[in-house]
This record gives sequence, structure tokens and C-alpha cells, in this order.
Amino acid sequence: MRLLPCGDRALLAEFGELEQALGAYSRWSTSAPAGIIEFVPAARTVLVRLDPAVMGLGAAEQWLLAHPPLQPGALPSTGLVTLPLVYDGDDLTIVSEVWGCSRDAVGDLHGATEWVCAFIGFAPGFSYLVPTAGSVLPPVPRRATSRPRVPTGAVGLAAEYCGIYPRASPGGWQVIGRTPAVMWDAGRAFPALVTPGTRVRFEAVRA
Amino acid sequence: MTAVRVIDSGPLALVQDLGRPAFATLGVSASGAFDRAAHRLANRLVGNPDDAAAVECLLGGLRLAMPPGTWFTITGAWSDAVLVLDDGARRAIEPHTAMRVNAAAELQLGQVSHGLRSTVALRGGLAVPSVLGSRSRDTLAGLGPAPLRAGDVLPLGPEPASPVPVADLVPVDPPTEGVVELGVRPGPRHDWFTAAAHRLLTETEWITSARSDRTGVRLDGPALSREPELVGVELASEGMLRGSIQISPDGAPTVLGPDHPVTGGYPVIAVVVDDSLDLLAQLRPGQPVRLRRATGRR
Repeated sequence: MRLLPCGDRALLAEFGELEQALGAYSRWSTSAPAGIIEFVPAARTVLVRLDPAVMGLGAAEQWLLAHPPLQPGALPSTGLVTLPLVYDGDDLTIVSEVWGCSRDAVGDLHGATEWVCAFIGFAPGFSYLVPTAGSVLPPVPRRATSRPRVPTGAVGLAAEYCGIYPRASPGGWQVIGRTPAVMWDAGRAFPALVTPGTRVRFEAVRA
Repeated sequence: MTAVRVIDSGPLALVQDLGRPAFATLGVSASGAFDRAAHRLANRLVGNPDDAAAVECLLGGLRLAMPPGTWFTITGAWSDAVLVLDDGARRAIEPHTAMRVNAAAELQLGQVSHGLRSTVALRGGLAVPSVLGSRSRDTLAGLGPAPLRAGDVLPLGPEPASPVPVADLVPVDPPTEGVVELGVRPGPRHDWFTAAAHRLLTETEWITSARSDRTGVRLDGPALSREPELVGVELASEGMLRGSIQISPDGAPTVLGPDHPVTGGYPVIAVVVDDSLDLLAQLRPGQPVRLRRATGRR
């Protein structure tokens, strides 16, 4: 772990791998002292936001170093959700070429994989899912040009990630299908259906 | 229930409070008042708690129909504001002063002479529905109350416990028209940039771009170059802060505002310190900006 400077009210903890960043997030977020506003997990990093009136940068650094991340693989799960998915996306052919399989097999391979939410970014409730068993599927390149509008519930792939658009927005991920599940509803007690640590399975359904 | 009615929103009028600070793990930014000091001062002047919801008005033009008995104040950007009474009489409004509307009247914010964003606080606060514990409009995520439109009726909350303070003069200078100096400290990717880029960062008189909003304030000036071995390298998305100075691939800096994306993939060379953040809200397009290395431990 490397602690990088980030102005006068945050530190950025950087890790070599996603699994380590997730391990740190899951350990720190369950035992945060007063003065740490929140931890923001991402692909290789955890941003630690401080209230400088309560905890200084030096004290925060000491606390982080005294609480090393959990061993990779020891990430506690925060539940399992199964999402129905219609595999009829516009980019199935491109993904099948990258994966070296038939169009129909894209759904089989994707649906046979168990995923876990690593972090949320891009938009409220937009979860970055990775395979729980590590990245076994070949990484998928983003589209060369973004689509101006990807519909709500579209399921896309980019690099080693699978993501679900919580609302219609521009987007550059390769779309393989759509789910009717409501990923984000700000009016719910728990607005995001999937949060960091949630395991996700997809169940193929017909349109 | 008392309520004010929007007659004209001007270019952009938003409901803001102090935001929703701890939902980044759900992909939701803190948002909240851009000029936090102006927001707090406005609320204190009318006896509201600091986090009561108020109107953040960009470039004046706001017109509100005010019921009798309403206390209000205007802070932040200075504009030639007036209260127009039923008989057509016009009373000029001093900034940073709590005023009571005795008979129904219309509040009009005219041209802004200093700064960019005015805060209009009303006693009781705006009691519009909240989302994730806040009434702030997040313009990037589309969360919270929609931008104000003519005809909107904004209910006011109950009378706060504390009275309207008797202090009737708060000496606050208007937002400056000249060079604005912002303190910065190193960002996580400061070592991605050349020594020349670091010199340019603090020695350039940057110009506030017109392509600035609550998501970020762009600064026009020289391009800041990456170290040669990092040109074209993609950074995995990482957490961002209000005040993070992202450098896009063309070398242009953007200082992130309250509605910034939670994560981003452009390297952050430096971060504007907390004490300077409110100044960002009042930067006018074309206004010069200098970045100064902040010292001190905190």
C-alpha cells in the first residue's frame, strides 16, 4: 500500500491490485474512527476523506498504517442478488469475437460467472462488477465512440468489468443485454440495489 | 403553510443546502452550496440553522413573490436587488442584511456586479422534499429538487427556534473583481507532471473559462505536460474531491466543483485547500486566477 497526498483533507491509498483495494475498503469502512467522513473505493485505490477539524492528515495516516488491509480473498460478502437478464444487446457480436465464441455462448459464459461489486462510480448506483473467481473472461475494449444514449437497465462490458446503467445516459460500454431490475431509486431506504461487496448472479430470461 | 412563488428563475436558480457528504460509495457526490460561507452567513442572518435550504442564484435575474411576514437576506454575489411593493414602490436591498417583508412584495435580483452566485435565504428554509438527507440539487447526477422554474411554489419550513439576530450590519467585502488567489497542495498524481508543468501551475495567471459550472471550473492557459513516459498512459478511475485539479490529456486544468463525478480517470496534479474552495463559486468567466502553494500542516 502507498499513501499518496490529496490536498489538505484527504489521502489516497493505492494498491497493486483491485482485491487489495477491496480488502482495505472492507476493513476500514467497518471500523472508521471519528474524523473520517468516508472511504471511496475504486479500481486500485481507496480515497480517504477527512474532516480536518476532527482528524489531521498525520493522525489519519497513522490510523491507516495501523489497520492494514484484510488478506485478498477475505472480502466479506454483503449479500447476493440475482438479476434477470435478456441477452439481446447490440454489441453481442463484438463481444463474441473478443471471447472467441458464438453469439449465443456470450450469454452462457456471462451467466455462468458469479460477479461481485467492486465499487460504484460514473453515476449514482452504477456498479463495477468483477468475477468473484478473478478475471477469467478476456477483457473487452470500450466502444471507439460513446453512444449518446444507453437505456436504463442496459448491461455492458468494459475491460474486466460488467456494469448496469441505472438510468439512461451516454455510455461507451459494450452492451450485451438488459435487466428489468431497478438498480437505483433515490426514494428507497437503500437506493442502490448493489453496493461494494454485493455478489451478483445473472439469470437469462426471454424478452 | 407559507410559501414563496417563483416568478422568474433567471439563468439558473437551484435549491441548495450543505449537501449529502457521505454517499460516495453509492456513486453520489456531496453537492451542496458552492459558496458555503455565503450559505452559512445567509442562514445565520435570518436565524436558520446553517444547513437550511436556500436558493443559489447564478447571475441574478431571480424574481420571487414573497408573502407578508417573510424574513430574507441575500449574500454571495452582489446584485442590484430590490423589493417591489404592491403600489409599485421599490426599496433597494443591502446585501448581508436581514429584511422583513411587511406587505406582499416581489423580490427582484438584477444584474450581478461582483461575483457570480448569490444566496437567497428565507427564514424557515425551503421545505422542499429531500433526497438522501439533503435538499441540494446535484446538477451532474440529476438528484434533488429540479432547477427552479417560473410558477414553482416553494414552501417554507416552520419558524426556527432561534430569533432573527439583532446584528444589522455584517461587514463582508464583495467578491473581488481582480486576481483571485487559491491555495493548493499536492495531489496524488503530482509526480506524473514535469518540473516545467509544476512551475507553470503556480506562476501562470490563469483565466477562468466560460465553460465552467458546478461540476468543474476550467482554467485557460498553457498546457501542463506529463513526464514523457506517462504520455498516453490511462489512469484507472480513482476517487475525486471538490477542489481536485484534474489535467485532461490536452494539458488543461479543471478544478472540480461540488457536483463533481465521484471517480475520475484524469490525473490530479494538485488540490485546492478547503479555505479557498468558496472562492471558486464566485469566479466570473475571464477572471484571472493564481494558484499558490499552501503551507501548514493541518
